[in-house]
This record gives sequence, structure tokens and C-alpha cells, in this order.
Amino acid sequence: MKSGLPQNDPESAIKAWRKAFPILFLPVRGKRLAYLDNGATTQKPSTVIESLERYYGETNANVHRGVHDLSERATAAYEQARAGMADFIGASAPEEIIFTRGTTEAINLVAWSYGELLNPGDEVLISALEHHSNIVPWQMLRDRRGITLKVVPITREGDINPDDFSSALSEKTALVALAHVSNALGTVNPIADMIAQAHAQGAVVLIDGAQAVAHMPVEVQKLDCDFYAFSGHKMYGPTGIGVLYGKSSLLERMPPWQGGGDMIRTVEFERSTYAPPPYKFEAGTPHIAGAIGMGKAAEYIRQVGFAPIMEHETILLDYALQQLQSLEFIRLIGTPQVRSGAISFIVTDVHPHDVGTILDHHGVAIRAGHHCAMPVMQFYQVPATVRASFALYNNHEDVDQLIDSLQQVREMFG
Amino acid sequence: MDLKALYQDMIVEHSRHPRNFGKLDQPTHTMEGFNPLCGDRLTLYLNVNDDHVDEARFEGSGCAISMASASLMTESIKGRTIEEAETLYHSVHGMITGSTPVEDRGDVGKLQVLEGVKDYPSRVKCAGLCWHTLHGALSEPEQDHVTTE
Repeated sequence: MKSGLPQNDPESAIKAWRKAFPILFLPVRGKRLAYLDNGATTQKPSTVIESLERYYGETNANVHRGVHDLSERATAAYEQARAGMADFIGASAPEEIIFTRGTTEAINLVAWSYGELLNPGDEVLISALEHHSNIVPWQMLRDRRGITLKVVPITREGDINPDDFSSALSEKTALVALAHVSNALGTVNPIADMIAQAHAQGAVVLIDGAQAVAHMPVEVQKLDCDFYAFSGHKMYGPTGIGVLYGKSSLLERMPPWQGGGDMIRTVEFERSTYAPPPYKFEAGTPHIAGAIGMGKAAEYIRQVGFAPIMEHETILLDYALQQLQSLEFIRLIGTPQVRSGAISFIVTDVHPHDVGTILDHHGVAIRAGHHCAMPVMQFYQVPATVRASFALYNNHEDVDQLIDSLQQVREMFG
Repeated sequence: MDLKALYQDMIVEHSRHPRNFGKLDQPTHTMEGFNPLCGDRLTLYLNVNDDHVDEARFEGSGCAISMASASLMTESIKGRTIEEAETLYHSVHGMITGSTPVEDRGDVGKLQVLEGVKDYPSRVKCAGLCWHTLHGALSEPEQDHVTTE
């Protein structure tokens, strides 16, 4: 891995990173854009944008079915993207990478397909800080298959209490589904340890990595997770594409989820036989351009390097936390032990939606709402929070613009 | 766009000191309004007798726009007939969505301060929640809730 930020001139390194993202230089409402809604989606570097244009302009054809040149090239580019994603997360083979529409579809795939292998009375364990996409599919599975859904609580700080997690596990636990990083609070869960504990009880583990993969290196084989789900658009890639990583041994055993073209070996009216993984789980024409763009996004991240990204984002998060805490009208929601990417807070006596509108007028894009984590909001007894979430191209100026705009909020509401 | 057109003094003031806030004893109509996008909830209580809205109160929590809109609405509908209140609903709805030209709108009085919302598509529902709840209470009182979606 590359070393961290250049010590002599970190500012110019970040300036160079920013140059790759054309949208950052377009004014919003006549103001300089401070884009702090990266937890919702990140902006895209030119290399990703150009890869989409080049694919549609020069290579477009359907994959896995044409003998003509374009189809062969499209297939090669699509499969190269798959291999790139396998490499990006340290999978043992490209066949362990299934392209999906995003994290949500990846989790649903596991709930529908692996869920078929579960039996009434089996327990699925999630935590109280999950995104709706890692709650609702398991509720649906519970209603379909009669499994039991258990929820590990969180502490006031927004961490999963290790003792609560340990005691929630038992030999009944069939599957554990956990966020790597909480989208609402920024909590980084100690997943390596949690995976080991779950395995000791014989459970398989799915990690929702949507908020992690742009911020820290992920090595699925080292983590030893059974499934790892993430989205392209939260890691500088296109929307509508994501990845489900699954261990080959599990994917082999799992029934297909959706039926259609490309996922079959033979079809007769009496019965069909299925293609091996990953194709068994990719019915229909995939988002070819999206996969290629996601592959480019992974290349981009690798080129910048996780060491400087993490160093920069840590410095920036600390600066933002310190600045926010210096404002007496700000209350932080969640103060996790290890944080990545996001800070949730409320402005005393001002609803987050009003904060959001006023910040928007100052060019600051943040998320105001429940962040698809209503149970987390209920836990903190707030209807919503303001969330500032960071990416590698954010800088101190973005944080200062946020802080100045929050002063304006206070002024407007007295 | 000027932020002050949205957050006029009257809106900020009503949001901080909402009028007619709280429960109503033995209301003739109770309706819950819910905005699933933002999670805002509002309960509207009405006392309707002889076709007139005698009393209107509300409870709930939400942004400044939704609180001010509900506060102003309860003030505006008191004393009106059901038909007049419904007409007001249509006028305000047309105003905040920008779908009704000014000349076709009818007099909305001080509710005019809500007009700035029309330039903020993501905020129209904040202002509209209490009005949808009123419309639901008057037109479909057998329902117990309405949503903005």
C-alpha cells in the first residue's frame, strides 16, 4: 500500500484529487458547492464518467451471447470489471462476485436465496443500527419462513455492546447481518471479531459494506465473512450497480433467486438446469456499463490509495467534530468509539429539514432526515438528524462553509 | 431565491409559538397526518357543529414550515363552514404547489406567507401535511389517517 499524504504539501494533493471531480466546480444556488452528502451518494471522477460514455459509444453489445466482435468485447470488459471487484475486496476468485443493482438488492438476494435454506426456529441476528435495507428483507424472510429475527441493542454512544452481541449469539443463530459502518451514526463495528464469534456458533455472516468500501480497505478473506454487500455509487461509481460477494461453497448450495436468461444451462418446459455461480444469480441483461464504471471507480480508489484517503478523512472528521462541538447549539447524535465517514447532529430547537434548506442556500449539501434508519432515530428520540458525510475530495473549506452556514441557521431562528 | 421569502418572520414566529397547539376535549373529528418521507406526524382535532368548524387544535412535531402552516391553518378555519374550509384547502394547495394561477385562487388572507414554499419542491409537503389532514378529516372522516404519499 502507498504511504499516507505527502507530508510537505498535503493541501496540493487534495487539490489534485478534487480536480478529478467536475461537479465540484459547478456553483449550486450561486454558491461554492460543499458536498457533504457522500453517505447518500458520492460524486464521480472523470475516469468513471468517461468509461460509461466510451462503453456506450464504442463497445455496446449484450454480454455472454454474441459471437460478434462487439459482444465479445463487451463480455470481456464486463468480466474484467468482475475480476477487478474481486481484487478490490480480496475475494479468492471472480466467480464470488455477483453484480446486483446495489447493496439493497445484494442483501435481498441473500435473504431470498440463502433464506430458502433456513428453517422455522432458526435465528437471524441484526443490530439496532442497521439501515432499513438490512432490516426489512429479514422481516420479510421471517414472515415467509418462520425464522426468528433478533436485534442486538446499541449503547447511548452508538456502539454495539460486545457483551450484548456475544450473549445474543447461540447455536440457534443461523445468520448474522451487520453493517460494517453505520450510515446514520458513522460507527465502525469491530466486524472481524464479531464474524469470528458468529462462526464459533455456526452462523454465517453477511456484512453490509455500503458505507465502508470507499473509506477503508476491505479484505473479505481476511475478515472471513460469508457475504459482503456494497454499492457502486457510494464508492465513486455509477448508480444502479452493486456487488454481492459470497463464498463459493455457499453460492454453490444456494438456489437461484430470479429466473430468466443468462442464469440457465438448459431450459425445457418440464425443468431447467442452472448455470454455475455467479451467473446463476444474474438473470437477464445486467447493467454492463454500470459494472464497467464500478470497476473504474475501484481502479480510481486504488490509484489514490487507501493510506492517504484514510489519513485525510481522519484529519477532516476530527476537524469537523471539533468545530461542531465548539458551537453550543449543536448536539451530536452518536459518539462512537471508532467513526468513519459521517457525523449526525441536531441544531437545538431547529428541525433538521429547516437546517437542510438553509444550508442548501449556502451551497452546503447535507442529508436531513431519518437516513433510512428509523429505529436509530427512535432510539435517540429525535424525528430526524442532520448528517454531514465525507469523501476523499472534501477539504477544510467545506467544513468551514458548513460551520458558517450553521451560524446562519442560528441567526435566522434566533 | 431569497431565503427570507420562505422563512418569513410570521412563519418563524408561528413555528416557535404555535397557536391552538394541544388536544381538544371530545372532538367531533380526529385525523392523523403522516409524511412517510420525513417521518413528520400531526394530529388534527376539530369540533364541527351545524356545519361550522367551531374549534381546531393540533399536536405533533415537525419542521418550522409544517408547524407554522398548522398553526396558521387552525386560526384560519375556525368559524368557517365545512365548504369554506374545503375551499381554503384547495386555494392553499394550489398556492403552495404553484398549480393554480393567482387570479383563480381566491383570498387566502395571511396564509399568503406560505406561498414561498412553491419554489422548494422538497418542502411543499411540509406545508401541505396539515392541509391534507384537514381535507381528510372533512371529506373522509371515517378514515383515521392520511399520508402525503
